[in-house]
Amino acid sequence: MKLKYLLPIAFIALFFSCSTDNDDDAIVNETEGLELIQTIFNNNQTIELYNEKGMFETGYNLVSLRIKDNTTDSYIEDAILSWMPMMQMPTMEHSSPKSTISKALGKDTVYEGFIIYQMTNTDASGWSLTLNYTIDGTDYSVTETISVFQYENQNTSTFMGSDGTNYILALIEPKDPSIAVNEMKVGLFKMENMMTFPVVEDYTIALDPRMPGMGNHTSPNNTDLTYNNADNFYYADLSLTMTGYWKLNLKLMNANDDVLKGEDVTDENEASSLYLELEF
Amino acid sequence: MKTLITVILCLLLSSLGFAQDNNKETKKDTTKLEEVLVLSRRKLSNHRQEKTLSSIDDYLEKSNKVTMIKRGNYAWEPTINNMTSERLVVTIDGMQIFGACTDKMDPITSYVDVSNLEKVTIGSGQEGTENGHSIGGGIDLKLPSSKFNGSGFKSGLDLGYETNGNYKATGLDLEYTGNKFFISADGIYRKSDNYDAGNNEEILYSQFEKYNISLKTGYKFSETQSIDANVIYDKATDVGYPALPMDVSLAEALIASLTHNYKPEDKALKSLETKLYFNTITHIMDDTKRPVVAIRMDMPGWSDTYGFYSKADVVQNKHHFTFNFNGFYNKSLAEMTMFSNNPSEPDMFMYTWPDIRTLYSGIFIKDDFHFSAHETLASSIRLGYHKNKIAKEVGVQSLEIFHDNVQDQNNRFLVSLSSAYQLKKENYNLSFGLGYGERAPSVSEGYGFFLFDSFDNYDYIGNPNLKDEKALEANFSFKQKFNDFEIGLESSYFHIMDYIIGEIAPDVSSMTIGANGVRVYTALDHASIFNTYVNSSYKISERFAINGTVGYNYGKGNDGENLPLIKPFSYFAEFNYNTPKFNAALQLDGNGNQSNYSSKYGENETADYAILNLNLGNVFHNKLGKTVLKYGVENILDTKYSTYADWNNFPRQGRNFYLNLSFVLQ
Repeated sequence: MKLKYLLPIAFIALFFSCSTDNDDDAIVNETEGLELIQTIFNNNQTIELYNEKGMFETGYNLVSLRIKDNTTDSYIEDAILSWMPMMQMPTMEHSSPKSTISKALGKDTVYEGFIIYQMTNTDASGWSLTLNYTIDGTDYSVTETISVFQYENQNTSTFMGSDGTNYILALIEPKDPSIAVNEMKVGLFKMENMMTFPVVEDYTIALDPRMPGMGNHTSPNNTDLTYNNADNFYYADLSLTMTGYWKLNLKLMNANDDVLKGEDVTDENEASSLYLELEF
Repeated sequence: MKTLITVILCLLLSSLGFAQDNNKETKKDTTKLEEVLVLSRRKLSNHRQEKTLSSIDDYLEKSNKVTMIKRGNYAWEPTINNMTSERLVVTIDGMQIFGACTDKMDPITSYVDVSNLEKVTIGSGQEGTENGHSIGGGIDLKLPSSKFNGSGFKSGLDLGYETNGNYKATGLDLEYTGNKFFISADGIYRKSDNYDAGNNEEILYSQFEKYNISLKTGYKFSETQSIDANVIYDKATDVGYPALPMDVSLAEALIASLTHNYKPEDKALKSLETKLYFNTITHIMDDTKRPVVAIRMDMPGWSDTYGFYSKADVVQNKHHFTFNFNGFYNKSLAEMTMFSNNPSEPDMFMYTWPDIRTLYSGIFIKDDFHFSAHETLASSIRLGYHKNKIAKEVGVQSLEIFHDNVQDQNNRFLVSLSSAYQLKKENYNLSFGLGYGERAPSVSEGYGFFLFDSFDNYDYIGNPNLKDEKALEANFSFKQKFNDFEIGLESSYFHIMDYIIGEIAPDVSSMTIGANGVRVYTALDHASIFNTYVNSSYKISERFAINGTVGYNYGKGNDGENLPLIKPFSYFAEFNYNTPKFNAALQLDGNGNQSNYSSKYGENETADYAILNLNLGNVFHNKLGKTVLKYGVENILDTKYSTYADWNNFPRQGRNFYLNLSFVLQ
């Protein structure tokens, strides 16, 4: 809750501090509406990471990147990028689900991709990001520590299915829910090993949104999440009848309709063990 | 259907049609005391004019056609012909005004007081469409008309006390009337604690407190033209609703109008009255006085209306024409904020009326054709254009959760027709009428979002795609006099098509904690409502009279289910003693067992009851004016009872002693 009040202030502060520096820089338009998360220096290049909030949080993060050539002070328009986020645990390390990086639609200098941080330490520590990129046939690589903050609600869930596989589920939409039929979008990945998290295709996720604060009130005309092979995400209709805290109870089923995780919500069973949270 | 409408149209236009004038009028029974005493039998509140300070609710309840639905001791909802607010048009001196409460806790009648009014006009069915479209009828609460008779200063004071609920009422009015100018002001204050039902059972949350102030002034430019302005401010606070889960901390109305009157002499045009008006209502529901609730919530609502009418009376030969061109614009907004019991969760919010704008304009024409000395054919038509708009985008989106197709605008063209034949002879009256009417759904029916109805314990969702509700109506009345004995019958039948009612949505979860489920407004193909009353009176001597009424009502949908809120068999008998300075009346009032209740809509059987009342009155004249004393006992036997119209069967008042004292200084 407090973040809601702090963020606008932070944004305003950022806006005023940035505006004087970049007033005459036409390229600034390409990151309009985005906030700088971090700048990574690598000798001749500076890599800028952006997203809407200006910080990494657990769950789905859509990230925009730019690479500046420090010698010419211009942004590179034909780089090839890839990345590897890494979480350092006491006994082991692991990565997270992520996309490839491609040029943002309609932009010259901005590249785009997503990372789903499934966990973090309470002080936002533990993660590092390795960026590999090629400019004019020359390969570069840089690794930098990043901060990943805990999101206030459960917008991602890591769990083991009844098939013994570890899955990661992340809420992507709705970002700005309203009292309406919202489009719900989630990403579902499985943990093949510590470093590889491929997309899970053609499963079904049953959806049952509830308000525990209102006697487990639910809404009508929701649909189950189904896989869309155009963008590899799962989509559903999510009806929200009022603002407040919603628990999106889920039940994961494979292509054979075997339940891998989650239970139906009934009078006796208030919630599924697989769920995501939403607040607005 | 079309043929039927054609038939009615033909009747309208043909002088062979039948007729009726079912409009009943009554003079106010508060400070205008002389009028109380001269009320004739046929007036609305003939039988039980027992209190000079009775509320407008008490007052309306005296009519055969009107029953008041009670959710508490205050702000009762009038019904006509067993139909509630949505099917009626209730106006204040022709001004449209809409309550701001989604749960009908503030019927329009609660925003005026008897001290504001001169009379009440009740039109049954299509006879009541002068000010708007309705199915069941219309109630127009008439403000006093301008007078420039030079009667000078006049003042009056009313004091009232009732033992049950420690109820106190005080009214004061001041008036100056010159030849070209008048000004009058009145104020009334009422306060009641919890009342006791029969057997001294205290009914918690039945208290209320309210005051009402009105100011009226007028100026006469010439012999034919005058202008007047009227402002009413009404404020009720701390109103308990024992039958509901919430109370009201504030119900506030400001009603203002400016009227121009033109009364030419010796012309066919008898009068032309044009009014501009504005009213604003704020209604705040409140649960802070209830110790235990599932969840705390705030539910404020607002309703603002701007409108006008222009009304002309034309008398030509045997025709008396009434024209009324009117229009209004209303904005209804209500919201709900629930405070989660878990402090870490945010407040929950929704619009229960998502800022609905209603624009209406229409024209009404009525012709009273006195085609012979004893016969009248009264025909009327109202044509109107009605538009609803959802001003908030979130309103459209939230209704889309329940309906595939939600337009932010909805236009309707509405028609009302009626025709009535009336025969008046010395010893008997006869009337017969037919009517056809349409109405648009109310804001709640069209756009309400999770409106909890504690009557059937369901949450209601509006339906913006409802069709107009339509009704065919036939009515009949007859009265015969045999010397000192008089007997009369009045009866109405309504065949209502696309009858709007909530249908259970089986798979939808209620929002209100503990509710049975959700109903979405939809329409029955058709429904029938019938009522009949037999009135009789016998004048034993110059001073003694008895009168009695029995009534029967019926209401069923095409699915064979009983409709809700249909009055069971009822009866009323009164024994009167009257002299110019003293009057006494003993009354018996009762209902039969409500066996045809609507279990589908949350009703259960209400047992029969009968209560006895005794009313007495004295008038004293002196040099300064007049003093009127009214006193009596209501529910003498302290019967514990509730009627079919009591929300959730909460019991009515037990024995009550009352005393009203009025001074008129002239």
